Amino acid sequence: MTDVLPVGERRQLAPPVDDSGVLGWIRKNLFSSWGNGITTVVLIFAVGWILAGFLDWAVLTANFTAASGSECRGYGACWALIREKYRYIFFGSFPYEQHWRPLFAVIAMLAMLVLSADRRMWNWRLLVIWGVGSFVTFLLMFGQIHIPLSLMLTVALILGGAGMSLRKLIAGAGEMNAYRALAAIGLAGLALRIAGVLPGWSLAIAPLDYVETSLWGGIPVTIILATYGLAFAFPYGVLLALGRRSNLPLIKGLCVGFIELIRGVPLISLLIMASVMLPLFLPSGTTIDKFLRAQVAVILFAGAYIAEVIRGGLQSLPKGQFEAADAMGLNYMQKTLLIILPQALRVVIPPLINTFIGFFKDTSLVLIIGIFDFLNTANQALVDPNWAGFPGEVYLFAAFVYFVFCYSMSRYSKYLEVELNKGTHR
Amino acid sequence: MLNKFLATGIAAAALVGVAGTAHAGKDLDAIKARGSLTCGVPTGVAGFGLADSQGKWVGLNVDVCRAVAATIIGDAEKVKYVPLTAQQRFTALQSGEVDMLSNNTTETLTRDTALGFDFGAVTYYDGQGFMVNKKLGVKSAKELNGATVCVQPGTTTELNLADYFRANKMTFKPVVIEKVEEVRAAFFSGRCDVYTNDSSALYSTRVANVPSGQSPNDYIVLPEIISKEPLAPVMRHGDNQFVDIVRWTQYAMIEAEEYGITSKNVDEMAKSDNPVIKRILGVTPGMGKALGVDEKWVYNVVKQVGNYGESFERNVGKDSILKIDRGLNNLWTKGGLQYAPPIR
Repeated sequence: MTDVLPVGERRQLAPPVDDSGVLGWIRKNLFSSWGNGITTVVLIFAVGWILAGFLDWAVLTANFTAASGSECRGYGACWALIREKYRYIFFGSFPYEQHWRPLFAVIAMLAMLVLSADRRMWNWRLLVIWGVGSFVTFLLMFGQIHIPLSLMLTVALILGGAGMSLRKLIAGAGEMNAYRALAAIGLAGLALRIAGVLPGWSLAIAPLDYVETSLWGGIPVTIILATYGLAFAFPYGVLLALGRRSNLPLIKGLCVGFIELIRGVPLISLLIMASVMLPLFLPSGTTIDKFLRAQVAVILFAGAYIAEVIRGGLQSLPKGQFEAADAMGLNYMQKTLLIILPQALRVVIPPLINTFIGFFKDTSLVLIIGIFDFLNTANQALVDPNWAGFPGEVYLFAAFVYFVFCYSMSRYSKYLEVELNKGTHR
Repeated sequence: MLNKFLATGIAAAALVGVAGTAHAGKDLDAIKARGSLTCGVPTGVAGFGLADSQGKWVGLNVDVCRAVAATIIGDAEKVKYVPLTAQQRFTALQSGEVDMLSNNTTETLTRDTALGFDFGAVTYYDGQGFMVNKKLGVKSAKELNGATVCVQPGTTTELNLADYFRANKMTFKPVVIEKVEEVRAAFFSGRCDVYTNDSSALYSTRVANVPSGQSPNDYIVLPEIISKEPLAPVMRHGDNQFVDIVRWTQYAMIEAEEYGITSKNVDEMAKSDNPVIKRILGVTPGMGKALGVDEKWVYNVVKQVGNYGESFERNVGKDSILKIDRGLNNLWTKGGLQYAPPIR
């Protein structure tokens, strides 16, 4: 204002620095000052140097075709090892000619997961997807599934009972009668079965050769342990979290005790308990499948952690939400399912997915008890004396596969956050 | 209160544990009824038990499982392998999860008695040895006076090492490193002259962990073995017939080697006039009946698995990449310890 120049003596100003376009962006962000410029140059050289070394090792001097480990020596990366071992790393000791079975089982599980990631499927369709997906997966993995009569009767009883209690107020007379009939058949059948009137008959679906779980290995084991571990742990964790906030001292005490007990010990000790101690407590001759024991241990452990994550969500809800639900005259089930959980779960998506990703990787701890998950089959590939001595290649490969899975999970979490928070966006 | 509860729990656990060891002698019947042998194998030890690129279990210990299946069932492929870690293996056997272990287990008195197990014949006489760089020009461990020795702490390996050097009035400088990878790296980088471990581990280290630019042949394992680690299959107490079968299956493989019966010539050998070979191969019946198995049991074992020498050379010996010397595991007629009582 005060700096008024005499007329006719306009000072020539330099044109403003162009900060648009690629060059402008580079100038603005990388070379805005001497210090930044030097840092940029040094870092570019450092990254280039490391990358060049890595490329030289991983691509330029790498050996892709050697017939044995000794032929690989003297080159860069020995990718021939992966080429030789990838089928073992992915599918373990599953009979070699039948590797298409675990392959399709993995595809079935991934399809199941991708489909259930879609919000439009979050209704009765989810049950169908998981039912069909799990059936296909385990039929392919086992080759044969025997469904005993007592199991069918138990399922009928549970379905009927659940339908009767959950749909009491809304279902029509016909639907109610169907539930009653289902429950009655289940109950009567079970009673007769226990009394020994009905024989121990089972429905056999056996299109393929039976493959026991000790032969399973590689990526299907990792995915089964993680998927079913978390699928069962999630509802279990919700129940634990709700139980921990219950007013009934017995339920609250049990839940707190369980959560603290499980969280207080490492997963490895739980796995070792399941695999080493448990068989000693069983009568001799009875053994529970090792894979199943590990699966149950993972479920219990993940359940405790998920419960605490969900409790965080429950506590973040303002008290008014609970009171408003009570004032509306909703009962406990309705209040929890319609008001509390939808809000609480939305809050805890990031930590929940964090837990999921953690557990996906934690499943590799089963190698301690001799189950061949993906990381363990990769380890095994290193033991073969014909190919030993290239740990870097194998672990890079394993890391890459794990990264693909974990990164997709974290992208999904991002999508879910946006999707579920649409209502709160302004 | 809590203490009392705990004590009861522990007592119950102990009782069940004991009950688990006193097993009814039905193992053999169970195997026959099942049509397969359940065999506990290591979770990956080069040459002794590992899954190959096609997921098939191979190795010296795996061959024992296959041979026992050939004896009992007549088919070496009828084995269900259960990979077990060192902590799991004994409970898996006690609880009946596996019929036998062929798991690089060292035979000791306490394992044979207090744990309630029976051992078969020795599959592999392992023991602590020394590996040196060829450039040192050392041919015997007796020449190692004053050497620096790479060793892992807190193991019997470390104690045996000190005993051996003291007994031979030699001195050494220990380089004690906790992690096995780092011990190997220290040795291969020349930080110590000698690396000591079980000799089977030395051989596989030599092949598997030699850094690129060097060759396994730059290193030699010295002939001296300074400790006893006899590796043998393990069975539960209770079914003596099954234990007999496992032990005599192993003996049969050694006998077959001694009499020159191999998987290739077993059919011609069956026509031999030698009464011993006729008895072994079941041409003259009696042995199978005495053991309670098919008369052609040795024929099946040798035909499908091979004799002990074949199995050794294929898995760990000169036909494998490990190139382990027969040494103590040679036949007694050739200066080793593998000696089978006569099959008669």
